Amino acid sequence: MDDLLWIFISTLLVNNFVLAYFLGLCPFLGVSGQLETSFRLGLATTFVLIITALCAWILNTYVLIYAPYLRLISFIVVIASTVQFIEMSIKKLSPSLFKSLGIFLPLITTNCAILGLAIFATNRGYGLVEGLTFALGAGAGFTLAMVLMAGIREETEINDVPALIRGTAFNLIIAGILSMAFMGFAGLFSST
Amino acid sequence: MATDTTAYEEMIKGLWRDNPVFVQVLGMCPMLAVTNSAINAVVMGVATFFVLVGSSFLVSSFKQWIPKQVRISLYIIIIATFVTVVDYSLLAMLPAIHKELGAFIPLIVANCMILGRQEAFASKHNVKYAVMDAVGMSGGFMIALFALGSVREILGVGALFGVDLFGSNFEPWVIMILPPGGFLTLGLLLLFFNWFTERRKQFLGKVAEADRAAVLGVDKNG
Repeated sequence: MDDLLWIFISTLLVNNFVLAYFLGLCPFLGVSGQLETSFRLGLATTFVLIITALCAWILNTYVLIYAPYLRLISFIVVIASTVQFIEMSIKKLSPSLFKSLGIFLPLITTNCAILGLAIFATNRGYGLVEGLTFALGAGAGFTLAMVLMAGIREETEINDVPALIRGTAFNLIIAGILSMAFMGFAGLFSST
Repeated sequence: MATDTTAYEEMIKGLWRDNPVFVQVLGMCPMLAVTNSAINAVVMGVATFFVLVGSSFLVSSFKQWIPKQVRISLYIIIIATFVTVVDYSLLAMLPAIHKELGAFIPLIVANCMILGRQEAFASKHNVKYAVMDAVGMSGGFMIALFALGSVREILGVGALFGVDLFGSNFEPWVIMILPPGGFLTLGLLLLFFNWFTERRKQFLGKVAEADRAAVLGVDKNG
């Protein structure tokens, strides 16, 4: 149990997917303009991450032990089709949710956090429960980073910032400072 | 497009004017994650070069036979194949660097720059232009990787390619090789790039104005 908690907290704070591993930067820099949408995108990504962890575990245990060199290709195909499947089912089950997620849902396929999660979980030899906890932590961490970034961006929107800095350069510098703040969590587990 | 520009121009545009990192802001994840030393950055650049050129070549050769509805999945499978080749070759040739880059070699698949070039360019142009474009784009990516990697290594370790530059009195900025350093350095590089582009635009604007003034002056005299 302690182990699982450790995995969760460490992926949530210490090794945050966005701020320490640089995974999922495209949505982090691209669509973090509004608090509301970034929160929703975070939740959708968490959902896909959990499904991916499940699929990756199934693939690793039953298929890829016979052909490890197919890992990358099968992972990416599974992720792409999972996202497609989720998109179709949400569209069928809850059109309003589908509408509010809009373009973000298909974009999740190209989010490297998803593939990164599958690869990291494989490299570290996580089992099913560990993998799912890892996915949950990664998703929560991604949502946290997105929400923080969106909050800061909304605040700075009305500030007087030189026109030259506005845009990606500004966001990257904010992200750098956030990442520095998150480094403080590195001491969280050193004493235990 | 393929008729009025030369293959050389297609190649050169990726290096600076349409630089994938500084101008289009694509492929950020590998960009920031592996640039904590110059040598990692160069290896990553070469790997991306191979994947992009290879997949652009294949995609543009087979473009007639790729059905429109499944093109994205096919591109991804082609890219994933090349990345697997790179992954296993690096594991065999440079095991130490492969270990250091770790999961980020397989993650080249998710580099949106590569998929973007297939969708935007290779699927619409013939093989020669597609390959030239891929060479230019990955060259531009390599320049950006190297710029970031060398700045971070020089400031963070005080060395370049592992060669000590400043002697023992240099106090390294450890933050530079840690994640925040990546964000900050890239942010500042982008800032510099914006500033440079802005200056150039102003200069060109002034030149255009001077030209117009000269033309008007001639008219008045005539």
